[in-house]
Amino acid sequence: MALEGTGPQRDLLRLLTCGSVDDGKSTLIGRLLHDSHQLHDDRLAAVHKESAVSGHAGRHVDLALLADSLMAEREQGITIDVAYLYFSTSERSFIIADAPGHEQYTRNMATGASTADLAVILVDAVRGVTTQTRRHSSIAGLMGISAAVAAVNKMDLVGYDEGRFRSIAAEVSAMAGALGLAEPVCIPVSALHGDGVVEPGANLGWYDGPCLLDHLEHADMDSRPAAGASGFAGGRMRLPVQLVIRPDHRFRGFAGTVCEGTLRAGDRVRVEPSGRTTAIERIVTFDGDLEEAPTGRTVVVTTTEEIDIGRGDVIVDPAHPPQRGRLVTATMVWMSEADLVVGREYLLAQGGQTMRCRVSEVMGRLDLDALESVPAAAVRLNDIATVTVRTDTELIFDPYTQNRTTGSFILIEPSSNATVAACMIEAAAPAAAWEAVPGATLERQRSSISGAERAARLGQRPVTVLLTGLTGAGKSTIASALERELFERGRTTVRLDGENMRLGVSRDLGFSSRDRSENVRRTAELARLVNDQGLIAVAALVAPSAAVRERARELIGAERFVEVFLDPPLEVCRSRDHAGLYEAADRGEIRQFPGVSAPYDKPADADLVLDTSRLDVGSCVRAIVTWLEAGGFIGAGEGLEA
Amino acid sequence: MTRPTRSDPQAPGSRPHQGTHTSAGAAAASRGPREGRLQQLEDEGVHIIREVAAQFRNPVMLYSIGKDSSVMLHLARKAFWPGPVPFPLLHVDTTWKFREMISFRDRMAREIGFDLVVHTNADGVAARINPFDHGSSHYTDVMKTQALKQALAAGGYDAAFGGARRDEEPSRAKERVFSFRDRHHRWDPKNQRPELWNHYNGRVAAGESIRVFPLSNWTELDVWHYIAAEQIEVVPLYLAAPRPVVERDGTLLMVDDERFRFEAGEQPEMRSVRFRTLGCYPLTGAVESQAATLDGVIAEMERATRSEREGRVIDHDRSGSMEEKKREGYF
Repeated sequence: MALEGTGPQRDLLRLLTCGSVDDGKSTLIGRLLHDSHQLHDDRLAAVHKESAVSGHAGRHVDLALLADSLMAEREQGITIDVAYLYFSTSERSFIIADAPGHEQYTRNMATGASTADLAVILVDAVRGVTTQTRRHSSIAGLMGISAAVAAVNKMDLVGYDEGRFRSIAAEVSAMAGALGLAEPVCIPVSALHGDGVVEPGANLGWYDGPCLLDHLEHADMDSRPAAGASGFAGGRMRLPVQLVIRPDHRFRGFAGTVCEGTLRAGDRVRVEPSGRTTAIERIVTFDGDLEEAPTGRTVVVTTTEEIDIGRGDVIVDPAHPPQRGRLVTATMVWMSEADLVVGREYLLAQGGQTMRCRVSEVMGRLDLDALESVPAAAVRLNDIATVTVRTDTELIFDPYTQNRTTGSFILIEPSSNATVAACMIEAAAPAAAWEAVPGATLERQRSSISGAERAARLGQRPVTVLLTGLTGAGKSTIASALERELFERGRTTVRLDGENMRLGVSRDLGFSSRDRSENVRRTAELARLVNDQGLIAVAALVAPSAAVRERARELIGAERFVEVFLDPPLEVCRSRDHAGLYEAADRGEIRQFPGVSAPYDKPADADLVLDTSRLDVGSCVRAIVTWLEAGGFIGAGEGLEA
Repeated sequence: MTRPTRSDPQAPGSRPHQGTHTSAGAAAASRGPREGRLQQLEDEGVHIIREVAAQFRNPVMLYSIGKDSSVMLHLARKAFWPGPVPFPLLHVDTTWKFREMISFRDRMAREIGFDLVVHTNADGVAARINPFDHGSSHYTDVMKTQALKQALAAGGYDAAFGGARRDEEPSRAKERVFSFRDRHHRWDPKNQRPELWNHYNGRVAAGESIRVFPLSNWTELDVWHYIAAEQIEVVPLYLAAPRPVVERDGTLLMVDDERFRFEAGEQPEMRSVRFRTLGCYPLTGAVESQAATLDGVIAEMERATRSEREGRVIDHDRSGSMEEKKREGYF
């Protein structure tokens, strides 16, 4: 046997294999290696020996042992992590990323998918398309793998029946259509016996298409992302700067990998985020200067002007600049055992760009049975979700469909440094009103009455009490009683009830998370005005998003903001719901209802947490009043003298 | 540890010094553009090496003097050109390496001008640990694994490059490019960080580190093709020459110095042999070969029916042995 055609000019194709556990992926790969004569005698002998001891293929040689190499995997007969395998034929060199089939290892499958050019989707001829097939196909599609082959395996178990193959091919086609994937080529195979893998075999006489290997060798990959992980070979030049090369004062160059387009010496370029323009003076490499560098090439460039460029900057074609902003929508594959925490700080990393960020909104989760986005109460391990991410500094980006490198990022959990999410950017999120910048000519009109004067007159210091909790938690009831109590004590208040807001100021808003966020913003703006006049605001809002509540706190001023979390058990909330809102939500008549079909982020550090199922109204009000007294907002019993 | 002086970096922007030609005298004098696979692999490796230099405070490159290390060093020179390689190279010297390896190492450090750190486990030397008396597994643990941990701890390195390739050995096929190690240098194969696109996560807490494998996606044949295309100098032991060997249990061992222990009836004989991997000479098997040039080696490889690590005694202990060693901190 010989390793043929492995000369240096050979094209390199990165494959991803995916499918459910027991679809026989590892066996198929073993078969590809075996039948294309890629195996060294000693490794084959070792596999024969081990098949006898720990094989799962009965009396056959267990070719899966070639791919499943970790000890735990051999013992359990499953694939835990991506294994990378290498083989060459006279036509092509291949890197196979053999992805795990078990659902709990989907994150490892995404790892393999992020750099692959072509997906081989295994479908078990007996079981047909499963949820896991859809999950893997969906991730492969999301990750930008433009070409796919569906290998319908275990044809031996269905008697090599053409009808069965045709019906699975139709299933695969329907799935691809629903997921928006390119139509996969379907090929019947038996990895165990070898039919249809490298050789046609004797059992598939009715099939006249190519064998799997034949197809892989000749698949047209002109439209594939160039240079593996690097990106798409589009026209918009992008050079993310990895580091500055500065051996001495005479030389200052910027090192990176061209991730899209062609870089040419003499080209005018723009540097993001500074926006400065300059020209490429030289493209310096160890092998001499280049006139131009294509997509995927690693280079060092010097510029004609001395401008400040550092790691994380992106050198771009000025005619086709990338986008920049602090708010993006992205498709996320969540990879951590711990759920995503909306509003919590994560680190975003995209090459040299690293910044703090928060997921401000979960728009939905992909339901892999229905193949549609559904509202998500939580984002869990292996979920695919659509989210809005807010960064603390501007991110330079392109949509993922245009550039695999500048269109993607990972999230890192800052205390463990674990990589918790893979994100593919869809677009800049439309700036919510929170982001809107007032006209430059506007000027805030100041009052001549000072805060101290108002406090002296009113006998109070202004504060906003936000009562948050689910529908039925008792927000309006407590707000009403609190307002009465403060009034009795001679204090001056304004009550801002969510329902009242929606009857007037916010009558144009619905109940999407975006509209809920806007309702909170308007309420917070009113509370700020009210506080500026020296009055106490009592706001009662569901305000389900921790990130949005945090923004309200910033807007009003943390020093005069009290978050009171009304936290009875959900059953109690439901039992108090005379309007039948929960039941309507259960029936799906009301969508995105917090506590049922949309998340409510419990405050992690509320100033007060009151379980209204155990405390009566009076106790709750006393607790809040005591808190306000302790904070010096109102006097104990008497009016506060300034 | 010894630190040979570091030579000055070459003048910025000028063409690199063309090192002496490979001992094989292989490959044409003019380098053509590297199209296709080798160019992709080179770009990937350079990108990874730069990323480490950018993300880590104190990286080090493990330098085993072998062909993979030579390629890795070549990539590092490319990555920072026209600047110097900005991190030291660490050689863990067991004192049992082939003599030609050591002279090659010292000459490379002088000619290329990199910062070479050599570490030997002094405790192991004091205890006279050697591959003849102590068995490959104990010897390897003390003189390689323990020595490596000592050197990494002494240097306070937070990242260490290794030249391992995924095609070498089954447990390596699963390892990430950026491979996380806990504060005991242990690898947890069940809990690897997902590695997406080329956005490498190199964040570690104090005491933790990352092992980095820029040649992950190279095959043995890629390495040889690249060495030929780039005219990278390698230790002459890779090329066939008449050498004194004894055959023991089917393995050809080279009698590299007077410390070699002959077993009863053994006589060194001159045979034309070369090595597919280089390590400690009493543990490294030679293959009979007439390939005295790189082209000859490549031609032989393309006909090869045995995988390269077969010559390593360490891997044969039992199946899974490499994975266990890696969990313990072996490179």
